[in-house]
Amino acid sequence: MRKITYRDALREALREEMLRDSSVFLLGEDIGRYWGGAFKVTDGLAQEFGDERVRDTPISESAIIGTAVGAAITGMRPVAEIMFGDLTALAMDQIANQAAKIRYMFGGQTKCPLVIRTPFGAGVNIASHHSQSLEAWFMHVPGLYVAVPSTPYDAKGLLKTAIRGSNPVFFCEHKLLYPIEGEVPEEEYTIPFGKAEVKREGADVTVVATMYMVHKALSAAKQLEKEGLSVEIVDPRTLTPLDRRAIVASVRKTGRIVVVSEDCKTAGVSAEIAAVVAEEALDYLDAPVKRVAEPDTPIPFSPPLEQHVIPDEKAIIKAIKEVV
Amino acid sequence: MTLDLPKESLVKMYRKMLEIRFFEEKVFGLYGQNLVPGTIHLYAGEEAVAVGVCSALSKDDYITSTHRGHGHCIAKGADLKRTMAEILGKKTGYCKGKGGSMHIADFSIGMLGATAVVGAGLPIAVGAGLSARLRKTGQVVACFFGEGASNQGTFHESINMASAWKLPVIFVCENNLYAMGTRQSRIMNIENIADRAVSYGIPGVSVDGNDVLAVYEAACVAVERARRVEGPTLIECKTYRQKGHSRVDPAKYRPREEVEGWLQRDPIKRLRHKLIQTVISTEAELQEIEKEVSSEIEDAVKFAVESTFPAPEEALEDVYAQI
Repeated sequence: MRKITYRDALREALREEMLRDSSVFLLGEDIGRYWGGAFKVTDGLAQEFGDERVRDTPISESAIIGTAVGAAITGMRPVAEIMFGDLTALAMDQIANQAAKIRYMFGGQTKCPLVIRTPFGAGVNIASHHSQSLEAWFMHVPGLYVAVPSTPYDAKGLLKTAIRGSNPVFFCEHKLLYPIEGEVPEEEYTIPFGKAEVKREGADVTVVATMYMVHKALSAAKQLEKEGLSVEIVDPRTLTPLDRRAIVASVRKTGRIVVVSEDCKTAGVSAEIAAVVAEEALDYLDAPVKRVAEPDTPIPFSPPLEQHVIPDEKAIIKAIKEVV
Repeated sequence: MTLDLPKESLVKMYRKMLEIRFFEEKVFGLYGQNLVPGTIHLYAGEEAVAVGVCSALSKDDYITSTHRGHGHCIAKGADLKRTMAEILGKKTGYCKGKGGSMHIADFSIGMLGATAVVGAGLPIAVGAGLSARLRKTGQVVACFFGEGASNQGTFHESINMASAWKLPVIFVCENNLYAMGTRQSRIMNIENIADRAVSYGIPGVSVDGNDVLAVYEAACVAVERARRVEGPTLIECKTYRQKGHSRVDPAKYRPREEVEGWLQRDPIKRLRHKLIQTVISTEAELQEIEKEVSSEIEDAVKFAVESTFPAPEEALEDVYAQI
């Protein structure tokens, strides 16, 4: 099968959905013909679809999302890009109070088919305002779906589902994933929300990991295989809805779990998954739940400082060894 | 000002303003009887703004509204019964009791809903305008907000964006002089919010917001400009709320002379006087309308009071749309 990058997979999803449905349009800062998006995800789309459907906006995050909400409730399917995930803080009212609640508060009169794409993640030395992983903020807002694709295949399939759906989707990308290559079929496919994927089968311990951490977990699993440890890796792919059943099923099989997430540990993604296991799979556990996450600090700039806070293979291996 | 309007249009405006006033008086009373959960923000005194603007719109044009939104709903043509039922938290309300006084919407008449976050409706209105542009429908959007909201970042972001893209949005600032209890002069160094339009390169006009015909005329100009794809307009309507900010606010921070002055400029009394003075309507005709409206409001109250509350478990519905 052909291999393409995560970035190209996202672009293919956008392009194909724009071709399929004239109500799909894109808006964001510098996503148009002059720049093609800060991470080049939308590169070339303005040339193909025109400036009306691939809209460069002012630097006004709140208005970008609010405009997308207004368009979504009146028949369009906007896909808004926020250049860095950290900047969603500027648009938080529109995301959390408006997009997420507009259907509920109006008694189901309307739908808000809106996708907000944004990159999270540390590792490129751009410090605290451009490196955070804030997925958990959005898990805490009923009314939003949260997608966290880790591969080009998942990125394309989940983005298509997000665009075709009837609800606001907070679509997390990761800066370090954009150049990663993976198999993506030429033919049409979508991936349903709420369906985790076992990225690697194993028998001794379950690792639930998301986004870039899936790749670090895979690498850790490979190293541990040489030591005779069989690691199963479960990638939830969407955090809302969360495939609790798949997580519990894996824990039932292995009796051990390590949750790996790049965001801060306190009240983060790993905390929610650990809570699910505590509530629904405690009886299957042979060891306490272990979490590998960033410490509760902002992301520092200098390379040795930054590397110190991002979970790495070593930390994952250590955690796995502690539970087996 | 005398506009060359047919009698039926003028009488319709009078009737709509009266509907809002009588409706709000009833809500005020029902609150006192503990029939209204939560809080309420009454529109009494500002009727000319909603009615003047909405009279310049078509049914399929859009509006966005605020926490003080009952008047916007009624002016756009919302059903009185369902509006009242929503305020009382009943299942028969517009939002099945999920929104209440501050969150009423009727998408079937282009009323895109009220948001209770001050200033949050502006970018949503811009999005509806962009949608109308992309769908080539010719619809325009009237976006209501108060002078307090004009200090939010969304005011700047939204008007700039609408202006840059020449979107069909009419930004209607209801300047009632007070953001809760804070007088405009204490927090702003300008008198006219409309002056801010200059910085976006769009027309900004200040009108007497207690003169429904002045509001209507300004709105017509703005609507025509929007439909000609020339972009948005900022209309500031100088008005005054006759009650406090919310039901529990006696509004003691307002000087008595100021309140009395504005009560004398009551928008409904002024239109009534004009209709009589110009011999458009007779006293008997207007009394008949007043009787009719009063009876409609009574029906709405009866409907709302007699409606059942939603079943508790309905709280879990409508979070997500099924595909």
